[in-house]
Amino acid sequence: MAEQTLDDQPLLVAEDLGKNYGRLTACRDVSFALYPGEVLAVVGESGSGKSTLLQLLSAQLAPSAGRVSYRMRDGVLRDLAELGEAERRFLFRTDWGFVHQDPAQGLRMAVSAGANVGERLMAVGWNHYGRIRDTASSWLERVEIDTGRIDDAPKTYSGGMRQRLQIARNLVTEPRLVFMDEPTGGLDVSVQARLLDLMRNLVSELGLAAIVVTHDLAVARLLSHRVMVMKGGRVIETGLTDQVLDDPREPYTQLLVSSILPA
Amino acid sequence: MNAPTYNFAYLDEQTKRMIRRAILKAIAIPGYQVPFASREMPMPYGWGTGGVQVTAAILGPEDVLKVIDQGSDDTTNAISIRKFFGKTAGVATTTATSDATVIQTRHRIPEAALHGGQILVYQVPIPEPLRFLEPRETETRRMHALGEYGLMHVKLYEDIARFGHIATAYAYPVKVNARYVMDPSPTPKFDNPKMDNCPALQLFGAGREKRIYAIPPHTNVVSLDFEDHPFTRYRFDAPCALCGADDSYLDEIVTDDKGSRMFVCSDTDYCESRQLAGHRGSESAAPHKERAHG
Amino acid sequence: MTAMIDITNAEKTFTMHLQGGVELPVVRGVSFHVAPGECVVLSGPSGAGKSSILKMIFGNYRCDGGRIGIRHQGTVIDLATAEPRQVLSIRRSTIGYVSQFLRAVPRVATSDVVAEPLIANGVARPEARARAGALLRRLNIPERLWALPPSTFSGGEQQRVNIARGFISDLPILLLDEPTASLDAANRAVVVELIEEKKRQGVAMVAIVHDDEIRHLIADRIVDVTLFASAA
Repeated sequence: MAEQTLDDQPLLVAEDLGKNYGRLTACRDVSFALYPGEVLAVVGESGSGKSTLLQLLSAQLAPSAGRVSYRMRDGVLRDLAELGEAERRFLFRTDWGFVHQDPAQGLRMAVSAGANVGERLMAVGWNHYGRIRDTASSWLERVEIDTGRIDDAPKTYSGGMRQRLQIARNLVTEPRLVFMDEPTGGLDVSVQARLLDLMRNLVSELGLAAIVVTHDLAVARLLSHRVMVMKGGRVIETGLTDQVLDDPREPYTQLLVSSILPA
Repeated sequence: MNAPTYNFAYLDEQTKRMIRRAILKAIAIPGYQVPFASREMPMPYGWGTGGVQVTAAILGPEDVLKVIDQGSDDTTNAISIRKFFGKTAGVATTTATSDATVIQTRHRIPEAALHGGQILVYQVPIPEPLRFLEPRETETRRMHALGEYGLMHVKLYEDIARFGHIATAYAYPVKVNARYVMDPSPTPKFDNPKMDNCPALQLFGAGREKRIYAIPPHTNVVSLDFEDHPFTRYRFDAPCALCGADDSYLDEIVTDDKGSRMFVCSDTDYCESRQLAGHRGSESAAPHKERAHG
Repeated sequence: MTAMIDITNAEKTFTMHLQGGVELPVVRGVSFHVAPGECVVLSGPSGAGKSSILKMIFGNYRCDGGRIGIRHQGTVIDLATAEPRQVLSIRRSTIGYVSQFLRAVPRVATSDVVAEPLIANGVARPEARARAGALLRRLNIPERLWALPPSTFSGGEQQRVNIARGFISDLPILLLDEPTASLDAANRAVVVELIEEKKRQGVAMVAIVHDDEIRHLIADRIVDVTLFASAA
């Protein structure tokens, strides 16, 4: 049986990461390593610092303390703060994906679905219309969007379709790491289930690593291998997802888990 | 005559210095949009205030000025600007492309080949080619700085997806000196190849947007396209009705309310020169005779 | 022969912070081992900690003391101190767990739910589906149900889907938590058969079974969990 993950080196490493806004501490002392193919859920209530953490990890925000390192495709682990802006943006367009809670933030709403998916390819120099379109079309299929809608703009799509389109747009360059900010947040429960199943399959088929910020413990249970519980800007508990959710240790985690409505 | 109440070419010398600095920087970084402190001019925005300021800053007493609007020397806009500089700078004006040292233009590049020593000044309404896809100026400037131009192809992709071909017919984006993507102002894409390796200096002025950019002589200018949808020029498939030219950019003129139309050169100087040289089109046999119809 | 599972002095206590920090000792001094091809049945009354021990062996409950040695790919790993990634790796290729209740993503077809452990281990989808089908058929789940998500099924049917999912893989350790609880006699017999097959393949099993008859059919050894009861 292929043992892929144990021998591998970490893809992303956070060390003593912190962010202050003046005297306000949004996030502090966060350290962990994420390995290829691993899905990490960051859970906690609004204001717990999980969104700040996501921005720090994805280099959209400069940390006040600590650092984030990422293993580039050449195998070298590099401090994100030391990357040039061009390199950082290139990473963002190729090796990373970012799925926003609100698809309008991650999509060009007035541009056709095909161009939305194709944009990253064109950004890395694809210059053949036919091939770009074929690739976009096969990605629409993968995320279960009727390819007949390839020329429609996402503003004509339903919420669930938009979110699936956003995922296709991110995955088209075959990133190794995807950041997700409440990916099922604004969707109906029925649509959520389908999306979660789709994401789960894509993540395992592509061997993606992902960091998923969510306040929904059910999403964490379905998608993630590991979970970090945040409160007041700190990680208070971390471990295997089912371990943390079935055998929570910290008072706050026990409160979170006990607050889930029975299915 | 130089009217006594105006400084030479209207603008004061400090302003001209400031604009010249911007122009020099623009020439040094081909295709890069240089901000400048655009002045109020005695004409409304949209009438070429950017081009006029560039022209005012580069004009000398010995220059010969030509002004065209959509290729024509005799539209209101062209005449007004020509008269403006006639009055404030007292420079000689001409309609002949080859005689001019400075040509201010709106929406066309003359058909006659430009030569070294000439300067072509474009009036530009919107200098930012990425504007319609990315409205944030902070972001478009960053994209230029980092050479991230994938978005430009998104626009061309949309054209093909919608119309089956690249339908952008004017303001067709170009890449200058293999670095900056630039809006060539709303000239027809027919004129794009003329910008490439042009012996004349090309300056672009956007008054409302306060930007100047340039293509130095003999600079590489490439129109963006896809491998399987290459850039093509476009012109109406007809000879000029007046001079018979089959290589010039044509205007469509509707001649009555029954749908009759004719195609004539948009470059009036080019057309007249050809007619003087004896070229004839279908409508020019009896140019002064009234046609007898009801 | 080396044991597949070797537990020494393992212990578990729950601290209920929401109830004012009440300490709830579950088990202590848990020590036993399981050899390949052996089925060890945990016995004891409800609340004695049988399920907790099973969950500790799976890494689902954290172990507060002692040692849980698992033979994983030729080496012994102590699950009580293993890194999350090691636990995941152990679950992928060494330990399977058949829980009392089916926990599946809503709206996923039954055949995919059952085939998933194989697919996760790199078996091609068509082959995985075929093996899932064979197992479902043995467990008397009619073929017309395979394309439906199991959430709509009866309790007994869900339990059988759960068993199929647990028995489909070729993992060397299986943990069975009441695998026959809500099954009729015919299906109970199928499960006993499946366990016998696993034994012949050298799979080490730990099971919780309340039914005395089944227990006698499958147990090679019985471990009395009351021995590990914590003095509260």
